Amino acid sequence: MNQRVNTDAIKRVENELKKCVKCGACRAHCPAFTAFQREPAVARGKIALAQHLLKGDIELDDATYAAMSKCLLCGSCVEKCPNEVPTDEIVMVAREALARQRGLTTFHSAVGRVIRNRSLMKFGVAAARILGPLFFRKVPETSGLRLRFPLPFVGGKRHIPPIAKKPFLERHPELIPGEPGKPRIVYFVGCMTNFCYPQVGEAALALFRHLGCTVIIPKNQQCCGLPGMSGGDLDTVRVLAEKNLAELERFDADYIMTACATCGGALHKFYPNLVGKRHPELAARLKAIAAKTVDAAQLLQQLGLNPEETGAGGDVRITYHDPCHLRTRAITRQPRELLSATPGVDLAEMEGADKCCGLGGTFNVYHYESSLAINRMKSAAIINTGARAVVTGCPGCMMQLSDGLKQQGSGVRVLHTLEILARRLTVPADKRKRR
Amino acid sequence: MLDKRIIEQLKTIIGAENVATDRQDLICYGYDATQMEFLPDAVVHPGSTEEVARVLKLANTEKFPVFPRGAGSGFTGGALPKGGGIVLVVTRLNRILRIDTENLIAEVEPGVVTEQFQIEVEKLGLFYPPDPASLKFSTLGGNVAENAGGPRCVKYGVTRDFVMGLEVVLPTGEIIRTGGETYKGVVGYDLTRLLCGSEGTLGVITKIIFKLLPLPEAKKTMLTIFDSIDGAAKAVSTIIGNKIIPTTLEFMDYATLQCVEKRFSLGIPANGRAVLLIEVDGDRELIEKQATRIQELIQPLGLVECKVAKDAAESEALWKVRRLVSPSLRDVNPDKFNEDIVVPRSRVPDVIRVIDRIQQKYDIPIVNFGHAGDGNIHVNVMIDKAVAGLEEKAHEAIAEIFQAALDLNGTMSGEHGVGLAKQPYIHLELKPAQVAAMQAVKNALDPNNILNPGKMFPVTG
Repeated sequence: MNQRVNTDAIKRVENELKKCVKCGACRAHCPAFTAFQREPAVARGKIALAQHLLKGDIELDDATYAAMSKCLLCGSCVEKCPNEVPTDEIVMVAREALARQRGLTTFHSAVGRVIRNRSLMKFGVAAARILGPLFFRKVPETSGLRLRFPLPFVGGKRHIPPIAKKPFLERHPELIPGEPGKPRIVYFVGCMTNFCYPQVGEAALALFRHLGCTVIIPKNQQCCGLPGMSGGDLDTVRVLAEKNLAELERFDADYIMTACATCGGALHKFYPNLVGKRHPELAARLKAIAAKTVDAAQLLQQLGLNPEETGAGGDVRITYHDPCHLRTRAITRQPRELLSATPGVDLAEMEGADKCCGLGGTFNVYHYESSLAINRMKSAAIINTGARAVVTGCPGCMMQLSDGLKQQGSGVRVLHTLEILARRLTVPADKRKRR
Repeated sequence: MLDKRIIEQLKTIIGAENVATDRQDLICYGYDATQMEFLPDAVVHPGSTEEVARVLKLANTEKFPVFPRGAGSGFTGGALPKGGGIVLVVTRLNRILRIDTENLIAEVEPGVVTEQFQIEVEKLGLFYPPDPASLKFSTLGGNVAENAGGPRCVKYGVTRDFVMGLEVVLPTGEIIRTGGETYKGVVGYDLTRLLCGSEGTLGVITKIIFKLLPLPEAKKTMLTIFDSIDGAAKAVSTIIGNKIIPTTLEFMDYATLQCVEKRFSLGIPANGRAVLLIEVDGDRELIEKQATRIQELIQPLGLVECKVAKDAAESEALWKVRRLVSPSLRDVNPDKFNEDIVVPRSRVPDVIRVIDRIQQKYDIPIVNFGHAGDGNIHVNVMIDKAVAGLEEKAHEAIAEIFQAALDLNGTMSGEHGVGLAKQPYIHLELKPAQVAAMQAVKNALDPNNILNPGKMFPVTG
């Protein structure tokens, strides 16, 4: 073997690997397997490969990389695994090992540079500089960049949401006081909301202010880091986690609220697993943040929001898509109940509402066609309900769903749950009906 | 090692993208649910019957082994490439070719996933009953090759009972049809039934014609808890003795209950010693009557509790107890040997008693659950392989368990087959003349022993 495989990262999950009995149950639930139909794409295959990496009889080479890249980190296999094997965690450490051994891919190190070490405002500048041309598809046909990235951003076909003229974080003061005695809520906004879907942030703000809450929007919040995590760049994620931790701890909050399933998943589920036993103090602080992290819909219901006062469905049929990072935190009932209680909402269930949309962090960048293949099933399910809009709780899903639906030539709109719940608060009455 | 020239020929036949030789691919097609592992030399994914035939012709000429594989979810190693050769994966052949609502038959390719098929036929008011625990991911081709069973078999029969005809590529590369689309048919040997359960040793199944039934109108689920294992066993024979054949009669012993309760705290009564999950299906009125009658019949047999599901959600909640068994078992010990003996249903208490004695003799935890209605008990010998000497002890215990089943006029495997895992024991059940007859069939169809060699019969000489 010409390269020594650095398996330290994988060793961390050695015991988890042993739990897999190769029964094959993951074949029924893995969206990546649905798309690729080959065993290295399914959880069981990746676990076998991780076991062989530990044994040292395969290398962190292209074939290993290809297999490990075929995972959306959606957690479906983990939920359905009879032995509860945490394949998402296993894939993440394998990607970390790959990143350490091979270096990050050009795209992922660009992602790392963008999301790391910068305030969100600077992030905006950096993102526009590095990713902006990709977003706006301005890269010339002849650019070497196109050869380097056979990527959706440059692919031409892909529909990317436009970047907001003014990011959400620049629109509001850091502290918006509410009524005394009401909860103090720290809002972790997330990049997608900040740059692409500021209306989601406005809806969140309106709803929690309606409930009398004090809303704090920490100015120096960073990217949650999940795009880095999905590429195995855990060093970047750790840096971001520590920065976010310090920023979130600045305020004495009752809750840390996210309206982005992905950010919520990062804070709630992934951060606590980032640091090992060597840093007990840091681990405890991350756990404390995780314990306070709640999804917006979950918290609104808990605080007794009456959607009859705040929301409007516009008298059309809608359908709800479960973001993976809400589903794996058992937040499936709350958004549906809130939506159903909203006037003018006709909520129809689609087939496979709990199935991944195909985004999967940066999966969709490297496996755009497969990501779209997964998404086509989702689009068909949405269209089959006859709904005029699909509603979800994750801006990441929103981008992927929009792309998929537009590629199908569908006019179905994509909205965030909070947009419907806050329509009476954010949209003047005379404009509400015109959709 | 397979010659490079052969790999090239395979690529010519089925396309380079469907022939994998990366070590990573070999690893991913070298395991199944037995957790044994053997790496093949190549993995091929043919896309048509003709491609399968051309691959087998090449294998027969060049004399390299071919191991057919569906989902790779078998429990005995039937799809494992022991000794090397190529794994032939049939999952690209995954179309439901037709569902004929007039003749109540369907024709499918072998790579269709069992549950997908069930969903499609049920949309048309039809019913394909075989329901192996792996139905969400196992393939119909694998189900036929292993003659899969499942909980519903007590009423409806096993996979073989639904196979009317097959298209098969023989090990020499000829494509043949067996059986057909008619219920009756007596011309020639019944190769269809021979191929069902042949574990991929006689041919590669490329099309299957299934018999279908009308979908029952409704079902009713009951979870019944007894104060003794004999009570539960008596309940099985009493229900059937009274001419009610439930769809399922799933059994869990005390050890199983303890596992599930310890992990999930479902509130199973402390004096509960065995559980029967009973389901009846059919016309709504009929099953109400049957459910009431069943409760009357089992009441005197030490019934501690009887929960009857009112709707589908409650039914699902009752089934949950059964579904939680597998994840709970790991708490006993990390490694399990999952055997599936069968005895005549009236002998279930006897065999459980013998297993209890074996458990004490070897001091290894043994957890029993399964399909009491047809006497098919899943015997799980739980050990920690890391402890020296335990694996050998487990094998001795398993041999005694098989012998116990045979002594009670049973068989050592009802569903999982022989494959590699049960080879060392088949002499307990099959006499030399039987084995010779079977091997004569194998030799006639596969003169060069290229198709799934080394399976079922211990390799001699």
